[in-house]
Formats: sequence, C-alpha cells, structure tokens
Amino acid sequence: MNPARQPSTAPGSPGALAFDPQTIRAQFPMLGATMNGKPLVYLDNAATTQRPRAVIDSVVEHWSSSNGPVSRGVHALGSLATEKYESARTAAAALLNAEPETIVFTKGVTDGLNLVARSFGDELLGEGDEVVVTELEHHSNFLPWRQACLRRGAVLRVAPITDTGELDMDALRAMVNERTRIVAVTHVSNVLGTVVPVSEIVSIARGVGAAVVVDGAQAPGHLPVDVQRLGCDFYATSAHKMFGPAGVGTLFMAPQWVDRLEPAQFGGGMVELASAEESTWITGPHRFEAGTPNTEGAVGLAAAVAFLGSFDRAAARAHEHALRDAIVAGLGEIPKARVYGPADGAPIVSIGLEGVHAHDLATVLDAEGVAVRAGHMCCQPLMRRLGVPALTRASIAPYNTHAEVEALLGAVRRAGQLFA
Amino acid sequence: MLESLYQQILLDHSRHPCHHGRPERFDAEAEGHNPICGDKVRVFVTLNDDGIEEVRFEGAGCAISQASASMMTNALSGLSIEEATAVRAAFLDLVAAAEPDKTSGERVNEELRSMAEVRRFPARVKCATLAWHALARALGEALKGSGGPPSGAVGGEKTG
Ligand SMILES: Cc1ncc(COP(=O)(O)O)c(C=O)c1O
Repeated sequence: MNPARQPSTAPGSPGALAFDPQTIRAQFPMLGATMNGKPLVYLDNAATTQRPRAVIDSVVEHWSSSNGPVSRGVHALGSLATEKYESARTAAAALLNAEPETIVFTKGVTDGLNLVARSFGDELLGEGDEVVVTELEHHSNFLPWRQACLRRGAVLRVAPITDTGELDMDALRAMVNERTRIVAVTHVSNVLGTVVPVSEIVSIARGVGAAVVVDGAQAPGHLPVDVQRLGCDFYATSAHKMFGPAGVGTLFMAPQWVDRLEPAQFGGGMVELASAEESTWITGPHRFEAGTPNTEGAVGLAAAVAFLGSFDRAAARAHEHALRDAIVAGLGEIPKARVYGPADGAPIVSIGLEGVHAHDLATVLDAEGVAVRAGHMCCQPLMRRLGVPALTRASIAPYNTHAEVEALLGAVRRAGQLFA
Repeated sequence: MLESLYQQILLDHSRHPCHHGRPERFDAEAEGHNPICGDKVRVFVTLNDDGIEEVRFEGAGCAISQASASMMTNALSGLSIEEATAVRAAFLDLVAAAEPDKTSGERVNEELRSMAEVRRFPARVKCATLAWHALARALGEALKGSGGPPSGAVGGEKTG
C-alpha cells in the first residue's frame, strides 16, 4: 500500500480522488478557532501547517494501543511499536519516491541538514574546497555550511538571485567549479515561493563531481517530490510543514551514502560492537538514529502522508495557486502594497506595504484574526538582498479559502489607512 | 483595541521622531537589536553636572520601537540619573510586567502612558522596550566613564 502515489485512475472516473477545500477544512479542528474575537484566518502555513483529525488520532491511537520500545527487546509490544515505526518509514519514503532504507528519521529539516553538514561536510571538505549555497537559503541551510567551511578551511560561496526572485542560473553555473564539493539549495523558498530547478542544479554539480543537498521544508506539502528523478544526494523534510507533528522529519540519503557516512551522533541503537578499543556502527538508516526514536512523531508523519494521499493533489495545487493569484491581484489594487517573488512560484506571498513596518502590518492583521508571519523569516541574507529589514508573509494550504483571502486583503487595506 | 495601541501620538512619534540622529558629542552609546524582526536602535547619552543633558537615538524599525525611543528621549532628557532610572523602571513595569504596579502609570508622563496598551500585545512588548534596554547600557557606560555609580545601579537587563 502506497498512500502517497498519485491515483492511477483518470480524473472523473470511479475511484478518482476528489478535492474540495471545505471538506479538507472540516478535518482540521484548529481552523474552527477564534482569535482576538475573529474567526482564525490561518495563513502562516509555511511556518507550520495545522494537523488534520487523522494525524491527531493516529498519535492518540498509537499511545493507546501500540506504544512500546522500538527496536529493543523481545516482547510483543516492542515488536508492535517497531512495526509501526518501520511502516512509518516506508510511508515517508513513498512520499519522496525513495526506498525505506534511504530514509533517516530526524527532528526535522534543521536536524537533517546539520547531520549532513557534520557527517558528510566534515568528511568531504578540505582546505580550499568550496560549498555553494544560494541567497534564498533559510538559515538552516546556510549556517551549517558556513560552520562546516569554518571548521574545514573551505570557502562558502553564495549564488545570487535575479531581481524577480529566481535563482540566477548563469551565475550559479559560473560559480560551480572543480573545487566545488557541495551545492546546497532549497527546493522552494520560504519567503518568495521560488521553485528552484533542482534537477538542473544536479546536472551542473555532477559535471564537477559535487554533491547536492536539498532543503525540502517547503516542497512536499505543495508539490510532488521524487528524489530519484531529482537525482540529489540528500533531501531533508519536516513533518510539521505538511500536516504532521513538529519535531520529526526525514533525511533522504542517496543509497551510496547510507552505509558510508560516519554518524554525527552516537549511542543506543546504532552500534554493532562497542568497546573502548574498537566500536563499529550498524548499516542502514538506523546508523544515524542514535537514542530512543520519536515513535509517535513517525506515526503522525505517516498519517500526514496518508492525508496527503487522500485528496486530488493536482486540484489542491490549482486551488492554492488560484488563492495566491487572488492575493497578488488584490494587493495590486492597494496603494503602496508590493509583492515579492516570482509570479509562478509556490503559494507563498511576501508582502511589503510602503511606510508600514512588517511587524506593524502583522499586528493589524492579527487584530482581524489573520495569522501571518512577519520578520526576516530566518533569511537574513535574502532580506539584505531584497533591501528590506523584514517582510510580512501569507502562505497558503489547501484548506484556505477565497473568503480568507478577502479577509487578508481587507486587513492590509485597513493597515494602509491606519498608517496613511 | 488596535486604535488604542496605534494612537495618533504614537503614529506621530514614529513618523517624526524627536531627538533623532547621532549627536556630535556624547558620553556613551549602546545598541539594542531585536533578532526576531531585525529592528535596531542606537541610543546616545550626553551627561552634564546635573545628570542627563540629552538622550538621542538613531535606527529603523516598527512604529512601536521608533515611537517608544522617541518618547523616551523626550521624557529623559534633562532629568537626573535617579529620576531617569525611576521613569525607566515605571515604564518597563507599565508595558512589560505581568502585574504592573498601580502607580507606574502616574510615574511616567502622558506620552509614555499612551503606550501602556502594548502590554495587551505580547509579541510587541520587545519592540516597546528595545530602546529602554539600550539606554540602560549606555547610561551604565557613561557613568563608568565619569566615575559615577556602577552600571548595576541603572539596571543591566539584556535585550531580547
Ligand atoms: C525553507 C526552510 N528551511 C528550513 C526550515 C527549518 O525547518 P525546521 O524548523 O522544521 O527544522 C524552514 C522552516 O522554518 C524552512 O521554511
């Protein structure tokens, strides 16, 4: 059973998955909340999505009927818990079209990228080697590389973006050379919604023998992701950005790396032989999962994957993009409002309102029940490039509606008037 | 609720801040930085024999941080160190304490009192206190330099 795979049935035929935002919405208890006396309009999905009932229930159900020690001991409950944990790995693998043996459970994207930078970065990088990142990167795909370069005497290079917020591919191509060991890029920008052409970057990197590390925080919630097609070496995800629990995620490692890399953490569950004289590590993803794992997190992640497979995702994407377009069009009619990012990106819209600071704008929106992100969004290099201290971001999920877009636009208009 | 936060007086201060810009001569300076939103203020203190001759600031940020800094320079310029320290404590109590003292509102001027509503916006309290924390450090520096009381006397909170 592969819950993430696209339905083989044609749209409209019996058994085809449907998509209706209201039906999706009804599955999210949190979306019924009231904030500041107004119905919650949740447009901070790029920070964290809400969880559907099925994910909530999956965790409760696990705690109620299958909680036990994973991969340890011989009793039946331990086996049951282990089975749940490992079937969650299979589900998480299917979401990325990867093999379960290539999926390491992590705390999330930050944890996964730090693991790669420690294990892979420290092993691979030497004096004068180069790591290429981009101006789009979240601090979690920027700082681990900066620190790895500092440790190893390597050089960090930052590929620029164009004025429309796309990655400047010519500049990147020119920057990648025979000293480049690693190219680390985001799949989707959490600020601009830019979708980065990962396959193209992989072929550029392959030309010089460099590895490609992808920050997938913002992608699987919006796009189909196929790590084999992308051809990258590492791909990190966080469950909480795609309707699962916080504090759990996955790191895909291309098969050639799984058994070769030195773990960054040592302890229980990853050891073959341990003695003061000699210690060896097991092979497979468990090698990188020292300590008792976050089993309930993995169970919730699997339920989130099943949720993503329960509706027509292409239709959901079309809906999300229609909402994004409505926001962009609406802002176009508000004096002094400005949208940052390319027109055809993921449904993430960063908003500037001239003369109004991002935090003031977000406070006005909050008073209307509209939850958005304001600040540098963990992308200080990108803010510097855009020439702004901070932005206000609306990010969309399939459960958002046109009425919510209207609420957002009304609140932005109100902010414009208040600060006029 | 929103209008009681963004009162006209706050908007006026944020648009046309008082005592804004780096002075030619000053005894100490300190920077406050809010890492969450990137707001920055730099506070300059000039002392004379009676206490604080002038407080000035420069920086960029949200309406609340800018207005608070501007109102602070108005309120504290010309006060003795003891008076300024008392006003600062009362203001911080008014906007940030879990249970503010009933007299805090009376111990600050009307402009500062207009910011009391910030306390109902927990995410914004740091914006309102940013300049005041920088001031404490600048004053501590200035007094150290002039052989006055140690910086602990004016409170040495870290900025958030
Ligand atoms: C693009 C991007 N990368 C990395 C992260 C970090 O994810 P997490 O906090 O789940 O580790 C985020 C989310 O904050 C993100 O948007």
